[in-house]
Amino acid sequence: MVTSAVTLTVKDYKSDVKPTWCPGCGDFAVLSATYKALADLQLRTERVVIVSGIGCSSRIPYFLSTYGVHSLHGRALPMASGVKLANPDMTVMVMGGDGDMFAIGAGHMPHAASRNLDLTTVCMDNQIYGLTKAQASPTSKIGQVTKSTPYGVAAKPINPLLTVLAAGATFVARGYSAKPKMLAELFVAGIKHKGFSFIHVISPCTEFNNTYSFYDAQATDLPADWDKSDLQKAMGLAITEEKPHLGVWYETERPVLDQVLHSLEKEIKPFDTSAYLKRFE
Amino acid sequence: MEKNEIIIRLAGEGGEGVISTGDIFTQGAARTGYHVFTFRTYPAEIKGGHAWYQVRVGAYPVLSMGDGVDVMVAFNAEGYYNHKHLINKGGVLIYDPDTVTPEESSSVIAYGIPFNTIARKELDFFRGKNLIVTGFLAGLFGLEPSSLEGLIRSRFARRAELLASNLKSLYAGYEHATKKIEKRDPYFLTPVEKIPRLVLSGNDAIAAGALAAGCRFFAGYPITPASEILETMSKELPKLGGVSLQVEDEIAAIGMAAGASFGGLKSMTATSGPGLSLMSEFLGWVSMSETPCVIVDSQRAGPSTGMPTKLEQADLNHALYAGHGDFPRIVMAAGSVEDAFFRIIDAFNLSEKYQMPAIFLSDQSLSHRTESMLKPDLSRIHVEDRLRPTAEQLKDYRRYAVTESGASPMSAPGMAGGAYVAPGLEHDEKGHVDTPLQSHIIMMPKRFRKLDGARKDMGQLSRHGAADATIGVIGWGSTEGVIQEAVDRANASGHKVAALHPKLLSPLQVDDLRKFMDSVEHVIVPEVNYSGQFAHYLRSILGDSVVQLNKYGGLPFTPGEIFKKIEEVARNGNQRGNSHR
Ligand SMILES: Cc1ncc(C[n+]2csc(CCOP(=O)(O)OP(=O)(O)O)c2C)c(N)n1
Ligand code: SF4
Repeated sequence: MVTSAVTLTVKDYKSDVKPTWCPGCGDFAVLSATYKALADLQLRTERVVIVSGIGCSSRIPYFLSTYGVHSLHGRALPMASGVKLANPDMTVMVMGGDGDMFAIGAGHMPHAASRNLDLTTVCMDNQIYGLTKAQASPTSKIGQVTKSTPYGVAAKPINPLLTVLAAGATFVARGYSAKPKMLAELFVAGIKHKGFSFIHVISPCTEFNNTYSFYDAQATDLPADWDKSDLQKAMGLAITEEKPHLGVWYETERPVLDQVLHSLEKEIKPFDTSAYLKRFE
Repeated sequence: MEKNEIIIRLAGEGGEGVISTGDIFTQGAARTGYHVFTFRTYPAEIKGGHAWYQVRVGAYPVLSMGDGVDVMVAFNAEGYYNHKHLINKGGVLIYDPDTVTPEESSSVIAYGIPFNTIARKELDFFRGKNLIVTGFLAGLFGLEPSSLEGLIRSRFARRAELLASNLKSLYAGYEHATKKIEKRDPYFLTPVEKIPRLVLSGNDAIAAGALAAGCRFFAGYPITPASEILETMSKELPKLGGVSLQVEDEIAAIGMAAGASFGGLKSMTATSGPGLSLMSEFLGWVSMSETPCVIVDSQRAGPSTGMPTKLEQADLNHALYAGHGDFPRIVMAAGSVEDAFFRIIDAFNLSEKYQMPAIFLSDQSLSHRTESMLKPDLSRIHVEDRLRPTAEQLKDYRRYAVTESGASPMSAPGMAGGAYVAPGLEHDEKGHVDTPLQSHIIMMPKRFRKLDGARKDMGQLSRHGAADATIGVIGWGSTEGVIQEAVDRANASGHKVAALHPKLLSPLQVDDLRKFMDSVEHVIVPEVNYSGQFAHYLRSILGDSVVQLNKYGGLPFTPGEIFKKIEEVARNGNQRGNSHR
């Protein structure tokens, strides 16, 4: 970790742009937890890149004083991968909504996880499309009535944790916007983790799908003796859980893509055009 | 009369050695000092189907596939029947009497050589068939077998037993030609001065040029005819400390390239039409956020999956217009293998300097053909880097500062004071997105203004042919050589013709085109597509009517086809009565 001589505080990570989210939106807590995690880690603002897609949640880079990319709907993961491969020793976070990451951008998720590039991915799951005003999302519940599903959602919801566990994510956790302290701790752990970390955040949409009281009652911490190294158990829980479990579900070590790629050649040489062209003589 | 220019076509079953025979013979001829120009087409399937390879070999620069076929090598009956009508008068047919029974013909000189039997019975090495044919061709036309031997030695350097059998096959073929048959044809590849030349494909040249331009990040998804670029970059970039990655789809490919470019590396992706379709949303993002990025589109025949291994120049509209909204972009197309090497560097330079997407058009014929070229004069290479903010500018950094050229200093992660959010949303000089209406009015002209600089940087267009031409030929992309050959032929036979071949297609070098069109009476626009995309583009910008010449059979133009059109226009003017004024 690169630290600076001066101590950085939460204030240093705030940009002068004020969030435009609705009052009570779960994304506020995610933003605060991000400030806090970056300050806890004393990461210099110019060495952090926040990459997002499109959605209410994906507005987040504008509210930080770090570098940022506000990309296209669903395309945060590829963009962040490019940023990270160009800057292997910087902190790159991928942040966005459930629609962004599990509908339009779903094709990128398993590949990002399986490559194990050192990215910290935060999915703000509100089980609804916020920005486009209340249509069903891939994590909406069966039967959920939304503007685009007036007779109820018919599809079985996508299971984000199961998806990334199956694809090979090396750090998988879940947090809840109503538990900001834990959220910041999960972000710190996710950033510190070398490899693809995925943090699923229950982040209610107060405007279109206010689930706070439901999750306040239902959400429970993982047992204190939970074995983070047991993939089968984590997947089993992801399949069977009735009450959502919070905490670090799974963590393992696997070679990280950027390090693998950058260690392929022992000796790096500048490009010599004339030497290169000799092969065509 | 001896002829030291030959068009050789080999045809047979895919996987039968047609392509490898052609490749080795081509390399050997080039090493002996000859100019070469190849074309290959093979079925989309891996094994079987009909494949053919053509090489034109000449003592002087050869600009196209040429007309017809001087020497036809039929590997099987299908190869014979599909191509026999193309053999030029006085041309040669080489066939295996065990598989092909040619028709009587007084205009074709036929040599039967039982290469299947020689391979199987004499050499007990069936796979040596391609080298028997190669050796036979060398013997027949007087090519030194030593040049071929060297190639085979390096190919099989690590497989001693195979090397011996292959060399035996080569010399068996060579001796058959020199000792067992009586030469009756006029074709000779008599020794020419050996000038060191390179022999490479369009895709080789694109990858080499990109590396020379400073490309250090590549992401791609395999697709014919662009895959070799991904393969080369994946081999070479790690050695340079760069990164090349095969990713899940073309959206991820351009997304990663854009991300890496934001991250500070010169970046590229390469695809064909179907992939460019998937990338179109990102083209707008790249232009809006002013992030440099080079996108190679090696066109193939469409629409949809179309004919993956066949030629068409039909992605021009797509390259010019793909993506929603109004945004500036660079579109370039290379005319030859050598041109591809230099032009991809131009594409990088323009993309970096003006911070916008540069789409670089190749096509199946250019990507996959090999040409000989002089060793490039490396002093011609000029590499441009993106504008970086100064320490002073970083004190109050404005990523999208409005400047005269339109380009603004671009920071990269790691630069203190340079932090900004690269936005797809309309934004002000600082990248803030809260006053889009005012910003849009300011930023649209700022972004588009950059095209003026790009146009100027490309210099003047140079014409080829008669100074006092009455007929002009304007083409784009891989047809440059064949058009020049047709123009030369027309001028030699008394017409007055000149060609203009813009490499920068967006923005178009309008003044040079205007001057050229005004200097001639008729303009012919040959393109390998059905609808005449470039002709429509020219009409839409310059307002003149032009004579279209379209070919859409999946194969390149021959010089004769363009020459014929020139004669027709010279005779009748523009028959449709819409002479270009
Ligand atoms: C290609 C494309 N299709 C559709 C949209 C419209 N759109 C913007 S955000 C969004 C969904 C937002 O939902 P989610 O990703 O869950 O984020 P949230 O707003 O709930 O935070 C959609 C469909 C778009 N911007 N781009
Ligand atoms: S619509 Fe929902 S998700 Fe969007 S800002 Fe408002 S509360 Fe948050």
